[in-house]
Amino acid sequence: MTKVERDGAFTPPEVEIVEGKRGVESLVALAFVVSVLASIALAVTFVLGGQPQIEGVLLFVILAGIGVGMVAWGKYLVPQGPYSQEREVLKSEIAERQAFLASLDRGQRQIGRRPFLMKLMGASIGVFGLVNLFPFLRSLGPQPKKALYTTPWKKGALLVDANGSVVTVNTLEVGGMVTVFPSYNVGGAISQTVLLRAANTDITTRPGRETWGPQGYLAFSKLCTHAGCPVGLYQELTQQLLCPCHQSLFDVLTGATPVFGPAPRPLPQLPLYVDSSGYIRAQAGYDEPVGPGFWERGA
Amino acid sequence: MITQTADWFDERLGIAKFTRKSLNKIFPDHWSFMLGEIAMYSFIVLLFTGVFLTLFFVPSSKEIIYHGAYKPLDGHKVSEAYASTLNLSFSVRAGLVMRQMHHWAANVFIAAIVVHVCRIFFTGAFRKPREINWVIGTLLLILAIVNGFLGYSLPDDLISGTGIRIAFSIVLSVPVVGSYLAFFLFGGNFPGDSIIPRFYSLHILIIPALIAGLLGAHLAVMWHQKHTQYKGKGKSERNVVGVAMWPAYALQAGGFFFLTAAVIAILGGLVQINPIWLYGQYIPYKVSYAVQPDWYMGWLDGALRLMPSWEIVGFGHMIPTIFFPAVLLPGLTFTALALWPFIEKKITKDNAEHNLLDNPRDVPWRTSVGVGVLAFYVVLFFASSTDVLANSFQLSLNFVLWGFRILLFVVPPIAAFVAYKVAKEAGSVPGAGRRKRANVILRTAEGAYYTEKTAPRSPQHEEEIAEELPEEVEYHSLHGHSDDDLVTSAAPTGPSGPSGSPSHAGVDVGPLPSGGSGIFRIPRVRRSAMPETGGEQIGGIGDRG
Repeated sequence: MTKVERDGAFTPPEVEIVEGKRGVESLVALAFVVSVLASIALAVTFVLGGQPQIEGVLLFVILAGIGVGMVAWGKYLVPQGPYSQEREVLKSEIAERQAFLASLDRGQRQIGRRPFLMKLMGASIGVFGLVNLFPFLRSLGPQPKKALYTTPWKKGALLVDANGSVVTVNTLEVGGMVTVFPSYNVGGAISQTVLLRAANTDITTRPGRETWGPQGYLAFSKLCTHAGCPVGLYQELTQQLLCPCHQSLFDVLTGATPVFGPAPRPLPQLPLYVDSSGYIRAQAGYDEPVGPGFWERGA
Repeated sequence: MITQTADWFDERLGIAKFTRKSLNKIFPDHWSFMLGEIAMYSFIVLLFTGVFLTLFFVPSSKEIIYHGAYKPLDGHKVSEAYASTLNLSFSVRAGLVMRQMHHWAANVFIAAIVVHVCRIFFTGAFRKPREINWVIGTLLLILAIVNGFLGYSLPDDLISGTGIRIAFSIVLSVPVVGSYLAFFLFGGNFPGDSIIPRFYSLHILIIPALIAGLLGAHLAVMWHQKHTQYKGKGKSERNVVGVAMWPAYALQAGGFFFLTAAVIAILGGLVQINPIWLYGQYIPYKVSYAVQPDWYMGWLDGALRLMPSWEIVGFGHMIPTIFFPAVLLPGLTFTALALWPFIEKKITKDNAEHNLLDNPRDVPWRTSVGVGVLAFYVVLFFASSTDVLANSFQLSLNFVLWGFRILLFVVPPIAAFVAYKVAKEAGSVPGAGRRKRANVILRTAEGAYYTEKTAPRSPQHEEEIAEELPEEVEYHSLHGHSDDDLVTSAAPTGPSGPSGSPSHAGVDVGPLPSGGSGIFRIPRVRRSAMPETGGEQIGGIGDRG
């Protein structure tokens, strides 16, 4: 029996020792030895310049060696019980709880005597928080203002491709497609636009857009109206644009109206004209916000 | 040596009591209790590999010309984030293994949490008194998913960049404040230059700190409340049966950490994950086919695909279609998940404390609810691959999409119904879950053979199987003696012996020491010198481990 004395002297009690089978002890020893060897091998690998697959395998052997050794030791070479332990009641005893409530109440009544000061304290902390929240939020980013309604496209903007080469009336064959930008915003995330060329006779123009697609050239915002992915895949056979993110399909010939998938609105169309040198330019910017919907946007 | 060190600390911190209790803590043994451990150990691997990665990763979207070990991209314009990820993959020793281990560990981490949540749910381990830990666990799951997404986005490659674009649109879709939220979170309109640095500080600092804090609380609460256990011989609501923390459990759990890390290491070494050099730098107008996020975002991606194109417009405002699958659905999902213990309590009106776990077949209705809900999310998960399925099975996208829309509402009720029936059936088998009694073949004196069932074990025998840890027995007998000092500080609240101290028998203890006012006056004397009655009551509050 343990003797605990006032001066802290400690006499170890007798303990239960598990006489493990020799096989288990050998396994544990082997696991640790293998781990050490693998560590040495890993060091050598590093010295030689490293190689990902070998590093991974050696790390596995190192870690698994330690793991197997420890688990086998803990499972077979020390007492497993099962031991039973009583659970303590989580709820405090009545006396303790009453004492606790009493202490809580005492403090509450002692400060509750001055409700006006309480309110002032609350107000000062609250105001501090609010006032600081404001500059914090404001410095995080600009207000949206009109940013979601506008794009870099302006009247007369010259269409260029992703390399900055000017797009002329001869750039595309019927059935061709290219991603274009205004010449001053090449690669723009918001201004990205698909330019397609369809046979003039196939196009069903929406009212008011009769002049928007000269010589079969049609330009639509490349931002999907669903979640804003680039509508990058053009199926020439069906004349449809596919968004690879969530598979919305837009029918090019009817003004990029969604015909399949989760996209709710047609892709906005950019009005084009061909200038005297044969370059394709924008008649104006987009007449509606591009990309996915947002609260302030009416329709 | 060890005892001297322990003494040194005890004199300064008084650790003997708590540490003794911890060393003697009993852990029930069952494979399903290790799911949470896998999650925790993956988190530790994430911390180690993550710290390594921070030494080499440059969180900046500044454009540079790449000149590095990966020749196919030599001379290309890339961001510093992308270039540094390539560098740490190809030019840093063990860099690629560490990066892939980090990514694998994240996937394992979230998978382990999900399976752990299922275990807790189906066995009813969330019931009183463990509702707090269930809520903390739900928060951990959310944080793990968010941090997984943020980390996945950091390399600035084409696939993750598309994911960020979708995330921006999702934030934008929140009614009333969406556009402000998106602009403040991303530092302006998409894409901007702030995304990578902001995601970086969230990913490596803010969210890991929250996870670590909540994980600590999760463990502390579990430690304090003790484990649940499955029904079985000698196990009751009022005890815990299993192996002792020291040394058996310490060795097993420590070893299990290394085994978890080993599996993650071999995945990181041999199974390629997220080869960003094949995807290329994120360029806003480029996109690749079959864009898919990490597995734990699959259900959201699936929901985005299945949602019809309904957009609510009116009064000059709009609720975009993605709000419903990408904001409302996860919001409802996690709210319902977090509140489940309270929902179940409303249904069952059960306010008792539960330390013994349910077998799922014994509570068919809960099992059926769980299976049904799980089936819903599994269908959503598979719906995130509509395009790939349509392609590999040569089906029309339309067919696959409508198929999934129908499956989403058909599969869960069927799964729930089947689960209910199976649970009912299994639960009504006589002697289900009990060990079968052996048939013994006996021979009569005449030489005839006959079989006989062995006698069932007497319940008494089963009760005796688990005994108390030897030290515990000695500890109690120690306090059976009248050593005032030890008795005063430990007896009222210490782990009670076989007899149990009066308080644990459920008897209300004595009158209030000071009576009347309800306020205790604490004598200004050293605690050991306190009068025995008062000292016991007050000292007890602080002493509870």
